[in-house]
Amino acid sequence: MANPAKLELIALTKRYGPVVAVDSINLVVPPGAYCCLLGPSGCGKTSTLRMIAGHEDASDGDILLGKDNITDLPPARRGTAMMFQSYALFPHLDCVDNVAFSLRMKGVAKAERRARAMELLRLVQMETYAARLPTQLSGGQQQRVALARALITDPGVLLLDEPLSALDPFLRVRMREELKRWQTKLGITFVHVTHSQEEAMALADLVVVMTHGRIEQAAPPREIFNHPGSAFVARFIGGHNVLAAKIDAAAGAPVAVLEGGARLALPRDAAMRGADVHLAIRADRANLASGAAPPDMSLRGAVRAIEYLGAQVEVALAVPGTDGFVVALPEQRFFADPVSIGQAATVSWALEDIHVIAS
Amino acid sequence: MLHPLIAPDPAYVLLPKQGNSVSVGSVAQEAPAAAPRVAARRAGVAAWAPYLQVTPLTALFLLFLAVPIVTIVVVSFWDYDTVRVIPDMLLTNYRELLESPVTWRTYGNTLRYATMVWALTLAIGFAVAYFLAFHVQSVTWQMALFLLCTIPFWTSNIIRMISWIPFLGRNGLLNTTLIDLGVIREPLEFLLFSDFAVVLAYVHLYALFMVVPIFNSMMRIDRSLIEAARDAGASGSQIVRHVVLPLCKPGIAIGSIFVVTLVMGDFVTVRLMSGGQSASVGLMMANAMSLLQYPAAAANAVVLLLVVLAMVAGMLRIVDIRREL
Repeated sequence: MANPAKLELIALTKRYGPVVAVDSINLVVPPGAYCCLLGPSGCGKTSTLRMIAGHEDASDGDILLGKDNITDLPPARRGTAMMFQSYALFPHLDCVDNVAFSLRMKGVAKAERRARAMELLRLVQMETYAARLPTQLSGGQQQRVALARALITDPGVLLLDEPLSALDPFLRVRMREELKRWQTKLGITFVHVTHSQEEAMALADLVVVMTHGRIEQAAPPREIFNHPGSAFVARFIGGHNVLAAKIDAAAGAPVAVLEGGARLALPRDAAMRGADVHLAIRADRANLASGAAPPDMSLRGAVRAIEYLGAQVEVALAVPGTDGFVVALPEQRFFADPVSIGQAATVSWALEDIHVIAS
Repeated sequence: MLHPLIAPDPAYVLLPKQGNSVSVGSVAQEAPAAAPRVAARRAGVAAWAPYLQVTPLTALFLLFLAVPIVTIVVVSFWDYDTVRVIPDMLLTNYRELLESPVTWRTYGNTLRYATMVWALTLAIGFAVAYFLAFHVQSVTWQMALFLLCTIPFWTSNIIRMISWIPFLGRNGLLNTTLIDLGVIREPLEFLLFSDFAVVLAYVHLYALFMVVPIFNSMMRIDRSLIEAARDAGASGSQIVRHVVLPLCKPGIAIGSIFVVTLVMGDFVTVRLMSGGQSASVGLMMANAMSLLQYPAAAANAVVLLLVVLAMVAGMLRIVDIRREL
């Protein structure tokens, strides 16, 4: 296998006429990392991937792979390989010939290229299906063949365009596990485009959250979840209650004022972040308080919905001055002191669980 | 989505249904008693309803396909003299047909036309379809150019053929222009009333029959396959050879069937464009009919039908077109 190389995007831009799809993004993906480009559709993540692959010309900026500037190279000479959304296996070729396709294009002799292709099919445990046509394979098997086909060029970076979206939910989770295992085994850099935050969290060493052609935050998943860099990231990643607030600079200790006038205590360093902020409070860190809770670390509202999810119970409250507040309680704790719809309840949290995001 | 280790296994989800044997059993026991009664009540209508449903198509096939073909086959065994046909059961028509060297020459000539026209329409059809499908990016332009291709079909075949005559003739537009330009001194004789003219007219008439199915095949090719090929380092010509061409085979086969059957059965084009100097099987039959030798023409028609069917069968052996239908 090729040595993993560092992938670097410098002020990379893509314009379609007047529309800016990717707006001057900078990103460094360390060698051998599993990087997920995450964002809603139309956020520029696929355009970014296609520019790295060379299937889309960059309007501006540079793409570096290791020491080489690959911005203007044709796809096959970049040291990247792409795995397409629906795998794009050639329907008229069997698995071996699909995997051997790029060697055939290079003019490698038939026996040699087939032997090499069989080697890769063995790697992905598909050697018994070598003579099958793609239509005779399941989605998961197709993904393995597509992976073998991408790996035959010894790429330093493997680019995956929503590789799991064609699979049903159960298979998706299984193949997700497999992808991660292969990435660890091969040690090459994976850049994976997805709109599923769950997929990104499960797989990535580096999650790059994008919206409107810009990178909102690029960080390890834990960092993203615990310290979302923007209100968008907090909302998109899920599991957070995002509240718009103003910081009251006049008060002695930092205090946030919600639209309805509720005043919430903030951690000490929060005052530096400016006047208009967002507060992110993780749903699983909030609690339903039956007794008295400190008024500056709690909110009151009526229970609007209760969803039983097995391990957790999610309770949604209508809280004045917010878009609503969701508390995720462990099943046992919810049923120890259950609430019902319409009932008034107090949601509380610890001071360190309130995360202030500058607007 | 929960991790599969903790997610509900679909097999488990189904189990309770299988285990619910009490209600399943009771339904199963009631069913046999109820079924015959319902079946008996429905039998009157249900038994022949499907036949009624296929009647229109069957009638159509019988009237326009089976009856004419059977008639031709029957008549091909009849006798004839100069003024009438005589019902009979003779092999004379076939013997005379197959023993005549003219027949073999004519079939050879027709096959030669068919081969040349097939090769030319294939080349042109593939190129035009490729241009339309892969080079024209906007759908509007694609449709506009596609309609442009069909414009010649808004006039009749005969008119399209005849329009070549003033263009290609000895004193036609092409010859006079070339002489005026000093390219040639004498008019080019091969332009009209020649094999060249016949093949040219055929290609002009039938190229679209090749363009349409190939274009259709090409439009169905997933564009990500082209990108995947490029990703694997394929050049433009390699993509055409190793991806586009194999995936267009059904379209090529359908187009080929159109062109070959049309050329094999044609007689007007050969008569007009060769000026009576070349013959085709169709022309042979037309001549026999003008002499009222219907049984001879019918025998020839049966032979031609078999030849064309064999050719089509051969093409279908090579390419599976079911995917395209």
